[in-house]
This record gives sequence, structure tokens and C-alpha cells, in this order.
Amino acid sequence: MSEHAAHAEGHHVNYVRIWQILLVLLVISVLGPMIGIKIVTLITAFGIAVVKAYLVAKNFMHLNLQPRYVVYILGTTLVFMLLFYAGTAPDVMKHSGDNWVKPDVVQPSAPHH
Amino acid sequence: MRPIATTRSAAGIPTGLLAVWWVLASEIVIFGGLLGSYIMYRLAHDAWAEQAAATNVWIGAFNTFVLLTSSLTAVLAHQAAERGDGKLAAKRLYYTCIGAATFIVVKAFEWTTEIQHGFTITSNTFWSFYYTAAGLHALHVIAGAILMLFVAADAKKGRELHRVELIGIYWHFVDIVWIFLFPLLYIAK
Repeated sequence: MSEHAAHAEGHHVNYVRIWQILLVLLVISVLGPMIGIKIVTLITAFGIAVVKAYLVAKNFMHLNLQPRYVVYILGTTLVFMLLFYAGTAPDVMKHSGDNWVKPDVVQPSAPHH
Repeated sequence: MRPIATTRSAAGIPTGLLAVWWVLASEIVIFGGLLGSYIMYRLAHDAWAEQAAATNVWIGAFNTFVLLTSSLTAVLAHQAAERGDGKLAAKRLYYTCIGAATFIVVKAFEWTTEIQHGFTITSNTFWSFYYTAAGLHALHVIAGAILMLFVAADAKKGRELHRVELIGIYWHFVDIVWIFLFPLLYIAK
């Protein structure tokens, strides 16, 4: 058995318990937004999504048992994602700025017969 | 003869495992770019909430339950493979495939209903994102299930048991993508 496999086998996780926690979080993420309060929706829907993803990555993917550089590889791609967002969001989300205005959307013309 | 490059001392983990992590790194960029674009459009256009109201949260929740449960069977298959029980690992992988099939059948039913109500990929930008993101994810589910059938067939004969972990890690990633798609497409109304 490899060192990695031996390490993984020594890591005891109650997978069924993790699954039960994930299901409880799923129920909360569905019911929370029904209250209709924006901050509650943000926390229960998106905050819980982050917690669920963490639980799956840690306990099911065993990311915590991988060499540190694996986490760095995945983290780097997340940073690229944030850079992409920061670089393009101003163009998408703002409609005007200093000396520029986004033109109105041009509607497609009627087909010619 | 077995391949000689199954492990690399510099990496510290089996080559196949390292390859899976690289695949997932590229997948993060693909799905991250798509979801990042969705979020910036969604935040900039309040009218998207009206479109999102047409999605069925209960169907989305049911499919989330299906994927979370299939992740459980996938990790239990990994556990069985580590104990050297290939038959049990294969059985649990087949359960995971049943989860994948259930997810796709529900998705097909959901999309059929939505298309019949006039919500198609060309209706507007929200529905373009909806079908593109959910469709790309569904393709990953189908691809993962097909690969899993091959891995399970080998595992059943006690061969290549290390691949059970590899396909499991991929499957959990597919689960994580859906964990973020669910609130974005179904809950934020």
C-alpha cells in the first residue's frame, strides 16, 4: 500500500453523518429564502453553499489529506476566476462612467422579404 | 507489464491522482468563468429575478439531494476499494450511476416542461445562461457516469482499484458545481 493510501485509510470519517449534515443544510438553504429577507436569503442560500462545498471537499474528496501544493493549484485557479471577475465586471455592471456611456441595446431589425 | 510512471517522487502522490487534480483545476476555470459571468449579469439586471422565478426550486432541491446521495455512495465505494473489496466498490459505484441517471431523467423532465412553457435557450440572456450552465454540468454528469461504469467493471474483477478514488474525486467536484448552481439558478429570485 502506498504512503498516500495508508494515510487516507488512517483518516476515519463518518461519511453517513457528513451526508446527513449536508441534507440538513440543503433543507435550510431551501426554506431560508422563503422568509423573504434579503440578508437571510444570502446567508442561507449562498453562505450554506460555501459550507456544503467545504464539507464535500474536505470529507469526501479528502482535500485535507493531499499535499499542500494541490490546494495551491486549486486556489490559484480560484484567484484567476476572481481576476477575471474584477477585470470584466465594470464593463458589464456599469452603464456609464467618466466620458463614456454604454449605448442602448440595438434591437434586431425585421427580416426582409 | 505495468506502466513505470504510476508514481513520481517529486509529486508525492500517484500520477493518476495528480492528473485528476489538474483536470479539476481546469474545470474550476471553466465553471468559474461561466458562473462569474452569470453573477455579474444577475447583479446588474434586476429583471433577471422575474425570469428566475420561473425555475422550479423543488425540482432543483430534489436533484441536489440526488447528487449529494450519489457523492455518499461514491465515497463509500472508495472506502470499499481501500479495503480491497472490489465487488462492494463496484456495487456502490453502480448506485452512484443510478443517481446520475436519476439526475438526468429529472433534468430532462424539467427542461421539457420549461421549453413547453416557452422558456428556451434563445428566450433571453437569463435562459441562455440557465441552459448553458445546467447543460454543461449535465454533460459532466453523463461523462462521469460513463467513466464510472468502466471503473466499476474493472473493480468488480478486483482490477485497478485505485481508479475508484479518482472517479470519486471527479464526481464530488461535479457535486460541488451543482451546490453552487442550485442557489444561483433556483433560489435567488
